[in-house]
Amino acid sequence: MPSVVDINWYIALSGILFVIGVLGVLLRRNAIIVFMSIELMLNSANLLFVAFARHLGSLHGQVLVFFVITVAAAEVAVGLALIVAIFRTKKSINIDEINILKG
Amino acid sequence: MEFVPPVIDYAVVWPLLLVAGMGVLIMLLDLFVSEERIRQWAPILAIVGLAASAIISISLWNSGRSAFSVAGGPPMLVADNFAIAFNIIFAITGILSVLLSINYLQRTGRDRPEFYMLMLFSLGGMMLMGMANDLILIFLALELLSIPLYILSGFASPRPESEESSLKYFLVGAFSSSIFVFGIALTYGATETTSLPGVVAAAQNGTTLLLLSGAAMMLVGFSFKVAAAPFHMWTPDVYEGAPTAVTAFMSVGAKVGGFAAILRIMLVGLPTLGGTWATAIAFLAALTLLVGNILAISQTNIKRMLGYSSIAHAGYILIGVAAAFNNPNGLSAAIFYMFAYAFTNLGAFAVIVAVEHKEGEGVLLENYKGLAKRYPWVALCMAFFMLSLTGVPTTGGFAAKFFVFRAAIEAQGLIWLVLVGVLTSVISGYYYLRVVFYMYMYEGEGQIVMKPSLASVIVIAAVATLLLGLLPGTWFELARQAVFHSVQSLAAGG
Repeated sequence: MPSVVDINWYIALSGILFVIGVLGVLLRRNAIIVFMSIELMLNSANLLFVAFARHLGSLHGQVLVFFVITVAAAEVAVGLALIVAIFRTKKSINIDEINILKG
Repeated sequence: MEFVPPVIDYAVVWPLLLVAGMGVLIMLLDLFVSEERIRQWAPILAIVGLAASAIISISLWNSGRSAFSVAGGPPMLVADNFAIAFNIIFAITGILSVLLSINYLQRTGRDRPEFYMLMLFSLGGMMLMGMANDLILIFLALELLSIPLYILSGFASPRPESEESSLKYFLVGAFSSSIFVFGIALTYGATETTSLPGVVAAAQNGTTLLLLSGAAMMLVGFSFKVAAAPFHMWTPDVYEGAPTAVTAFMSVGAKVGGFAAILRIMLVGLPTLGGTWATAIAFLAALTLLVGNILAISQTNIKRMLGYSSIAHAGYILIGVAAAFNNPNGLSAAIFYMFAYAFTNLGAFAVIVAVEHKEGEGVLLENYKGLAKRYPWVALCMAFFMLSLTGVPTTGGFAAKFFVFRAAIEAQGLIWLVLVGVLTSVISGYYYLRVVFYMYMYEGEGQIVMKPSLASVIVIAAVATLLLGLLPGTWFELARQAVFHSVQSLAAGG
């Protein structure tokens, strides 16, 4: 049997990926990059699900990953369509320039 | 390992199937039927589907049935009285929103059947929120609720306001659901299960850091959905930019949907849940009340104002949630509150749709000047809705606030929160009554658009708000049964 990696390392790795994603959402201004950061957050959760499923020897986590992937794909379809629509109107996808609504 | 097929009681799934199935039917008919015809039939089909779903839900009252129990484990989908109460709220919200949209869409030239289809899918997600008994299903429901709403808020594309509102809603929504999913992952790791009863049972054997952070992240995800401060920033922008009919729909549906899942978690944990989280939720409620009510004061756009007002109402519902830790009446009070809020808010939005004579015009408070002279009945109903949102006696809003506050006082240790609630209600009087003041005290001109479908929403909402206000005891008793019967059927293991 190959050497088993301790579950804590997986938790740490997905935690780091998640934080990178959060920082990307909060700091980057390009809508596509923000969107990619959100995907990174979702995938860090997926990694965690798989790691836990392996660690606990239960299938729930693995099944959940399929749901998350499917939903993420649906979200991509809608999100990219929205970004394209906005680009057609505004000729920009910088979220600082998308600012008619405020107050 | 032997495969054990899950036990499926289809009666439980029917309310959901009817709503989502009607959405699919509209989508298919769109391909085969002439455009003229589908435009006429789409809203009718939507209303029929929702009404049938409500009737089937009511027939399941007190039955305590459930479905998708894998290998004798806890069921994933339950149709206890609690879920049925929410199904009814969502069916009513759906029917009123469809009625409210018919004329609005025709007027703005956006009368496309996919509007009703998306609305039905979103309603299916909301119903699933109330029935879900497993974190996987809650996640799916949350997304099914949200994704159609992202599209709907951009339905007035290429209007830049609508597109902007849609993108903002999408980015914030996707961000919050990824936080939510990460929370589920941590919870799953800590408790080895995703079923709510399992998670709660594991939580009672002692909390670990994993479980604590998982639960906190799920709470953050929910707070984004129900627009609780400090996760509310998106609400006013999205409400202002989205087409008014959509704003009406999501101000009620998305919020009640989020609370359905929160309350379900509370319900499952009710008998033994400790007070660890009560303080956190109480602070969340207090902050939400203050932020929503204070920021609403300076608004001049009525949609934006009701956006802040909806944040404030999330705060009042959260008082009920915080009270529920010690007092099951808190849950019933929260359910009653959502009924009153749904009717009142949809009624108010029906008036706003009528006053918005051209898309994007007539949504300022100034446009309400002199409304009482020209359209006395519409103004009277609007005044009544505003009084109900403030919480003046004889309205549903008053009864709702009363029950929530009473539950919080009975729960002990939450008197300060009730004080915050009462004080912020006084603040809210300022901006709600300003609308009434503008309507009755000023001269003004301007047309409104009134069609039978719109008028019927206003009448239904006004009558329901009045009934909830005049006979609060009867309705509260039903809400109480919804909670207690569900607790019993949970205790009985099913």
